[in-house]
Amino acid sequence: MTKYNGVTMEKLKTIDELNILRERLKEETFKPDTPRIRVCSGTACTASGTPKLVTAIEEETGKKGLKVEVVKTGCQGFCQKGPVLKVEPQDIFYQKVKPEHVRWLINYTVIGGMPYRQGLYRDSFLTDPVPDVADIPFYKKQVRIALRNNGLIDPLNINQYIAVGGYSALAKALSSMTPEQVLDEVDKANLRGRGGAGFPAGKKWRHTKKAQGKIKFVIANGDEGDPGAFMDRSVMEGDPHSLIEGMLLCAYAIGAEYGMIYVRHEYPLAVKNLGIAIKQAEKFGMLGKNILGSGFNFTLDIREGAGAFVCGESTALIASIEGERGFPRPRPPRLSEPGGGAWGYPSNLNNIESYACVPPIIEKGADWFRSIGTENSPGTKVFALTGKVVNTGLVEVPMGITLREIIYDIGGGIMGGKKFKAIQTGGPSGGCIPEGLIDTPVDFDTLTKVGSMMGSGGMVVMDEDNCMVDVAKYFLSFCQSESCGKCPPCRIGTYQMLQILERITSGKGEEGDIERLEKIGKDIKQTALCGLGQAAPNPVLTTIRYFREEYEEHIHDKYCRAKVCSGLGMFRIENDECILCGLCKQACAFDAVKETSRSFLIDQDYCTKCKACYLACPVGAVKVEKKQHVTRDA
Amino acid sequence: MKVEELDIDEKIGNVRDVLGETQKKRGVLIHAFQSIQKEYNYLPEDVLKSLSKKLEIPLAEVYSTASFYKHFYFKLRGKNVVCVCSGTACHVRGSDKVLEKIEESFGIKEGETTPDLSLTLETVGCVGCCGLAPVVTVNEEVVGDLNPKKVTGIIKRVQNAK
Ligand SMILES: Cc1cc2nc3c(=O)[nH]c(=O)nc-3n(C[C@H](O)[C@H](O)[C@H](O)COP(=O)(O)O)c2cc1C
Ligand code: FES
Repeated sequence: MTKYNGVTMEKLKTIDELNILRERLKEETFKPDTPRIRVCSGTACTASGTPKLVTAIEEETGKKGLKVEVVKTGCQGFCQKGPVLKVEPQDIFYQKVKPEHVRWLINYTVIGGMPYRQGLYRDSFLTDPVPDVADIPFYKKQVRIALRNNGLIDPLNINQYIAVGGYSALAKALSSMTPEQVLDEVDKANLRGRGGAGFPAGKKWRHTKKAQGKIKFVIANGDEGDPGAFMDRSVMEGDPHSLIEGMLLCAYAIGAEYGMIYVRHEYPLAVKNLGIAIKQAEKFGMLGKNILGSGFNFTLDIREGAGAFVCGESTALIASIEGERGFPRPRPPRLSEPGGGAWGYPSNLNNIESYACVPPIIEKGADWFRSIGTENSPGTKVFALTGKVVNTGLVEVPMGITLREIIYDIGGGIMGGKKFKAIQTGGPSGGCIPEGLIDTPVDFDTLTKVGSMMGSGGMVVMDEDNCMVDVAKYFLSFCQSESCGKCPPCRIGTYQMLQILERITSGKGEEGDIERLEKIGKDIKQTALCGLGQAAPNPVLTTIRYFREEYEEHIHDKYCRAKVCSGLGMFRIENDECILCGLCKQACAFDAVKETSRSFLIDQDYCTKCKACYLACPVGAVKVEKKQHVTRDA
Repeated sequence: MKVEELDIDEKIGNVRDVLGETQKKRGVLIHAFQSIQKEYNYLPEDVLKSLSKKLEIPLAEVYSTASFYKHFYFKLRGKNVVCVCSGTACHVRGSDKVLEKIEESFGIKEGETTPDLSLTLETVGCVGCCGLAPVVTVNEEVVGDLNPKKVTGIIKRVQNAK
């Protein structure tokens, strides 16, 4: 018998014992009248200073002899304003809290029950601060299913998970539902895979269930290789038990005994928290043999990746789990079929977020789930909103919300009052959606229709200072370097496309380059072996589709309107704005900046368009302009 | 980790019940690389040789597998590892400038180590702190919201650490 946070921790032998424990924990944990501070301990907030903050809080409350419960929660989503914290019972949200604020914060709020104005969130300096969490635009439109416990509980404390209703879906399934019923419920909820393609989870589960063989695997894909996405991480770090419970329910439904979580190695905290959570669940009897006396067995292991994006692809992931190079292979056999999964055993692979959505579905029913989101894409999706928006972070929104609502209502609009240009969704496999389509509802099918995809949920907002050709080049070079090299269309094709893009962005684009890109892109899409290659041309093809004039400008006018690409445009110094500091002359390696007694000017014969002067100028007097075509009428 | 101490059954976990000996040995390979790298900071040749003997996997196969994954190194790395995030959000917010600045200050390019082994400079796809872009990790610590001024701070910190 071990003592754990004041609660005796014993193996729970029956479902009743779990229910009794929950009732007790519900009363003991998070009592409504105790003062409580929920401090975000997500990776981003920890980087911005949570540990020092916690020490300061503990010192301050110790000094004053106050009883304040400090809950170190997972990522609360608003990472950019980190470290963030919530004070209860007043429910006041504080952002960018520094240790020196702690004294005031405690005096005002914990003792006085009033907000401490300096730490509150405000939209801008001109507006009034917003104390109440529910009123903050960033949180207002969010609906939390997968992230339901992030920001609420301490991920390392299973008791808190149980107290807020955790493992009650498992109890319900084991006590009153057959595996078939669990499967039917997920099927009916039309839960679609959150890892990319949006394949219905119920269908996949059924496939695996039907497959021949006694031994089956449930595997969670926590590779999350898309640059710019971090929702799976926040679940693994911030609420590991909900992933475990989701996997348990899947295993129960399809009759699997073994489970595996594949985590990318860049997420050490996720590995640590999952490891602790698994140990706790084993101790409580939620994992192992004869779970809660039901006769159902399930164990979990963690596998760490080793830095290969392609290992997120299902067949490559299996190869990596088996200790091989992470090469994808042609399907069939699918993972769900004999000979296809881990060590040939039928395996069900889902994304982390997909599993995290399962417990609420079982607990509240498929109809409840379907009441959120759209007909064909029920539920919510977590997005990592980043790029040039005012508020960046993790947001969970109901499907069907428009891009405009995400960018302007939740994201607070474009940084620095610049003009919105495009939003990139779906990571390197997705595409760019232009301003004209900003009222597009966000769901699996609509995003595919406009040429992008849901992907794992990265959303990068771009403004007029981002060059679309450069962005396409960035994503393509990511896929090109991550290509495993097994199939030629992906290995050679992406390289060829990249060469053309390099040429275009350095001012050497040729007539016919756009058509060449389109041709190669389509060929790769049709012939590549796995999803990496098949999707790699997407960013290029969508930017050509929606921003063709930018490509043409690069090629014909040798001009980059966002002034990102070097080697393009005509450089000129605006005398009216020039402050004669001479930094441009210093910066130029080619002696192209000439000095007269009252001005600086650029000698076009020497200028290599390297942009050094443009970047050096402190007042923005160096202008990059489109070359004027001299047309002579005959 | 000493290769001799590698406990295959323990490392492979619960699935040991359903796997054959060869499957188990192959299955712990990547795990073993990780533990070796944790100890030595890279994968030394002689250690890989004894690993190949212990797991009965040809050395060429061992190298072939290890070299597939970006995370494994075959050369000694610096005491400090500075990793510039080049994920989407960081790229859009100017991570290449940050990288350039660091490259300049230490006179090494991305992927290289200073001759005195004090520092290795790398880039990474995404560390998942996009809210703080552009981001750099110094050893395990994430430093976000960078600008050229703060980069200099990081450089100093690393120099002091050595
Ligand atoms: C190149 C490539 C990378 C992928 N990376 C991931 C990933 O990081 N995380 C993920 O959940 N799925 C990833 N997928 C999708 C998986 O192959 C698979 O479809 C998914 O994990 C299934 O889970 P779901 O049905 O719950 O979405 C990737 C696919 C490809 C082709
Ligand atoms: S890490 Fe604190 S809000 Fe994301």
